[in-house]
Amino acid sequence: MRTYDVTVIGGGPAGLAAALSAHGEGAKTLLVEREARLGGILKQCIHDGFGLVRFQEKLTGPEYAQRFILRFQQAGISCAVQTFVTRAERAGEGFDVTLVNRDGVGTIRTKTLVLATGCRERTAKQVSIHGTRPAGVFTAGTAQHFTNLLGQLPTKKCVILGSGDIGLIMARRLTLEGAQVLGVYEAKPTPSGLTRNIHQCLHDYGIPLYLSHTVTRVLGAGRLTAVEVAQVDGSMRPIPGTEEVVECDGLILSVGLIPENELAQSLGVELDPKTKGPVCDGQLMTSVDGVFSCGNALHVNDLVDYVSESGELAGRNAARYAAAPRRTVPIRPSPALLYAVPQRLDLDRDNSETALYFRSREVLDGCVLRVRADGREVFSKRYPFLRPPEIERLNVDFSRFGLHEGSEIELDIEVTEHG
Amino acid sequence: MDELVCIVCPRGCTLSAEREGDTIRVTGNGCKRGAEFARMELTAPKRTLCTTVRTTIPGVPVLPVKVSAEIPKEKIFPVMAAINAATVDRPVAMGGVVLENVLGLGVDVVAASALLDG
Repeated sequence: MRTYDVTVIGGGPAGLAAALSAHGEGAKTLLVEREARLGGILKQCIHDGFGLVRFQEKLTGPEYAQRFILRFQQAGISCAVQTFVTRAERAGEGFDVTLVNRDGVGTIRTKTLVLATGCRERTAKQVSIHGTRPAGVFTAGTAQHFTNLLGQLPTKKCVILGSGDIGLIMARRLTLEGAQVLGVYEAKPTPSGLTRNIHQCLHDYGIPLYLSHTVTRVLGAGRLTAVEVAQVDGSMRPIPGTEEVVECDGLILSVGLIPENELAQSLGVELDPKTKGPVCDGQLMTSVDGVFSCGNALHVNDLVDYVSESGELAGRNAARYAAAPRRTVPIRPSPALLYAVPQRLDLDRDNSETALYFRSREVLDGCVLRVRADGREVFSKRYPFLRPPEIERLNVDFSRFGLHEGSEIELDIEVTEHG
Repeated sequence: MDELVCIVCPRGCTLSAEREGDTIRVTGNGCKRGAEFARMELTAPKRTLCTTVRTTIPGVPVLPVKVSAEIPKEKIFPVMAAINAATVDRPVAMGGVVLENVLGLGVDVVAASALLDG
């Protein structure tokens, strides 16, 4: 049986960064990717804006991915493409991983695992839209795959449900290719995507955004012929009497992304109900010793730069992993926060430069993030505004706060200015 | 006074721009790129353009491309039409030119993917 120090599952930006950093630490590393080409979802994200933080350049998705793929290939790291992981289970000090590919079924043994399995789109089934089951209902990612990789336009006249970034990007993309985008309908009273995307993808092309609206029904037998839209109330329930039928041949869904953690769950990894990714410490180790998480499997990121950063952190710590009992303290976000990552700190590890990510629950004007350790304020940062779609990243030196077994860290946001 | 949202980076600052004679005073920007963006946006708005071009190469129906520099906003659809009229019939490496000086705008359409790298 082949053995490795670190096995990375997923060859997107998180997995590539994890494999590179594990290899850089001297670990014998294997990267497993189910598709034929490395790069993950970046392969189909042909728009630019990637890499502003890391490279101070506006790159397209394929260009950003290629920078890592080149380094990965030059490093000579072992890689299994068109290979699917069907099982991972604890074996001795490490894990046995069952792989399936064109050569058949095989097993490798690894000391540590880095789960870089990305996220999945929420589908029509998960947002309960009534009506028939015609062709023409696509997730934004599927529409993107058709348009950007296969060169086939999936719709001529469409409605987009949900204002997530991929939906906004696709509104512009389909318009550029000659399709008519009748509008973006968002059930929430505020947009889900980045403000700049509302401007450069919708306003630039005169595409209307209908907030507090949703699609209530799809119509059509073979192919979609129309959708019914309606206004929704404060609890996102359709308001009777506001229904309107919009003729279209396509419904594009951009209604959220969910971290993919089926494999993590099969290993007994504890998930955070807020992020839907694993509960991790500052080294991105999950609740299962030797299993690490990064990228969109950990939490849905809006910048690939942060995905790469988390991959590097997980890969490096997987390479340095040595079994030891853990003493951890929790990081608890208040209800003013949507979530925070990491969810805890390991007292016996270096916590002097912890990358802390958080999202606010609501759109806020002037406010302050406060970090308290055992009730004492130890850190604060002022923000001119916070918006849930835009993640915030901080470096916090937790080693100065006198943390000990039984300590608790709390995060809270205090609004100082009302808009 | 004009209110704009900066699209230079994901921060998306809300900018206020006020014309004072020949100059435009910008506030609300988190960095100097925001001020440049606002001035450009009010005088000669420019955008980048990313799309795909058809190829005849097996297994690669389309190749991602982009313009080598921003183009005037009103030229987006004319440049799209020029790109959609073109077909790539030999490998173009990432960064390689697909359409030179498109529509005489002084920018090239270049490959933005390594799909056809040797």
